[in-house]
Amino acid sequence: MKYASLKKADLFEWLEHLKKKAKLYAPRKKENLFVLRPVKNVEDVCLEYIPTILPPKKYYFPQKEKLFKFSAQPFKTGKAIDKFEEFVLFGVHTCDIAGIQCMDVAFRDGPEDPNYLNRKDKMAIVGIECLKYCDKYANCTSMGNHVPRGGYDLMMVDIGDKFIIHINSEKGEKLVTDLGYIKEAAQADMDLLDRAREAKKKVFKEEFTGPLSKVYDVFDKSFASDIWKDVGKRCVACGNCTAVCPTCYCFDVADEMELNLDDGVRYRIWNSCQMDDFAKVAGGEDFRKGRDSRQRHRYYRKFKYPVDRFNRYFCTGCGRCTRTCMAQINLVETVNSLLNEKGIVE
Amino acid sequence: MLEREILLEKMKTSPYKPMHGKIIHAEMLTEKEKFFRIQLEGTINLSAQPGQFVMVSIFGYGEAPISVCSSPSDKGYFELTVRNAGILTNKLQRLGKGDMVGIRGPFGNGFPIDNMFGYDVMIVAGGLGIVPLRSLIRYIMFHRNDFGNVQILLGCKTPKELLFEEETKDWMRRAEIKFNCTVDKGDPDWKGNVGLITTLIPNVDINPMRTYGVVVGPPIMYKFVIVKLLEKKIPEHQIIVSLERRMKCGLGKCGHCQIEGAYVCQSGPVFNYAQLKNFKGECHEKAA
Repeated sequence: MKYASLKKADLFEWLEHLKKKAKLYAPRKKENLFVLRPVKNVEDVCLEYIPTILPPKKYYFPQKEKLFKFSAQPFKTGKAIDKFEEFVLFGVHTCDIAGIQCMDVAFRDGPEDPNYLNRKDKMAIVGIECLKYCDKYANCTSMGNHVPRGGYDLMMVDIGDKFIIHINSEKGEKLVTDLGYIKEAAQADMDLLDRAREAKKKVFKEEFTGPLSKVYDVFDKSFASDIWKDVGKRCVACGNCTAVCPTCYCFDVADEMELNLDDGVRYRIWNSCQMDDFAKVAGGEDFRKGRDSRQRHRYYRKFKYPVDRFNRYFCTGCGRCTRTCMAQINLVETVNSLLNEKGIVE
Repeated sequence: MLEREILLEKMKTSPYKPMHGKIIHAEMLTEKEKFFRIQLEGTINLSAQPGQFVMVSIFGYGEAPISVCSSPSDKGYFELTVRNAGILTNKLQRLGKGDMVGIRGPFGNGFPIDNMFGYDVMIVAGGLGIVPLRSLIRYIMFHRNDFGNVQILLGCKTPKELLFEEETKDWMRRAEIKFNCTVDKGDPDWKGNVGLITTLIPNVDINPMRTYGVVVGPPIMYKFVIVKLLEKKIPEHQIIVSLERRMKCGLGKCGHCQIEGAYVCQSGPVFNYAQLKNFKGECHEKAA
């Protein structure tokens, strides 16, 4: 079975089933925004949502993650490899799946990161394809992430009163087999899927004023551009953009002691290249001084450096950095002004 | 599925967990710098190439990248020289013989010794730069016949800050290497040169095509020294530097040590000038 279908009326029953099989995380409403949370009541699951405040990275690259336990006196180190429970991320947008693929590339690049790999090994991803824009901030079409491009176990598409489910892995297949209410998709359903995809082409339009290859070229030439000064002037260095980015994975390593001051935990904690001490060394030299160069670094880590290193853009187009920015720094605007500045796009 | 099996194997050990290191000797070299000789559990060799670094842990205080200053020819232990500059190094300064530290590594690319065989070597050390360079100097001394002429130019602020006093005296006495030393500011007992390290370079006699110039010092020093070495016509690939950056993981993940697209902990800390030249603006050590 490659494509299955599920009646919308049976969605909650399937969610109950998934909840029994593994720890289930899904989007739900929180005030006027959305968050990913462990599912308690399946009725709370909301599949029509704008990107969650934090991307799903919090489940496979937690904000604060234990590396190992230690004791200072006597000098001892504990086990560093943990066992994790199986979990399912439900209703993940294609942009966030692209984010997971980026993290995979970064953490599987040698030397591999076992903490990430061990969590990721227990994770199953059930995606949902967007048929309309979440809001005005997304740039998923330019990044090519408005359509599924692999990296998931199951992908759901809303075709009216049913979901078509694309089964993309063995892990995914296990989540849909032997259930009376999930059947192999009929030809009529597949036709509806084609029609939905066709209709989508009219809705999603490239957000950048040039193709991605030009964006890369323009970044290659724009290191000294004044646009970074302008962005830097507005930036307040709060670090929100990096915290909410599905492909930002910089971290700090720190120790936390128990009250007896002998036992403690070494953990890693999310860090942001926007913080002013991020590249400062003990001797006092700051190798990335100024908010302009730190913002530029963030953009280059999406559009230039990972392309050179992994042949992959690390912007997924989710729009979170723009949505969350207090200073209204807009990713699409910045990239477009770079494109226009150089006059590369006629 | 072989790839998967290799991956599963890698998932079983953590690169974040340090080895246990015991301080077997410690002494203050100057007011601020302390020297440590460390033995790993089971007296295994660290096998660090000259120029590589380790992450030193003191539990409760954290971890910091420190250059190894001993050579791989020193067996059964390795050595560090640490300036009291931050939270971890301040605590480290208070440790002594018998105390334990965590050690991860060695990390990074060291000096390109394999390519340097047969060449003349000109070493330019400023201040603490002599610490990582000591690993190279000791290595060259041990394999002396594999290298051509060797000269060492050493500079620091005042005679009081001169590191490895006994060893430098020994280098001065040896006929097969040339050793020159300068201080920015002399004192009444100082009989050597006074002036910046760059003043020593024009007078050295080298055959540039067969010379490696190896430079380590404070960030501000590089661009001035590199200009002098370029004036001497040493090819860009043969000008070698080691760069200091903030580091947290040593694995090319945490992002702190990045110079543009390069992770210093993995691609460096040793670079040649041809590589440095390609950086667009985040590499402060690059000659203007």
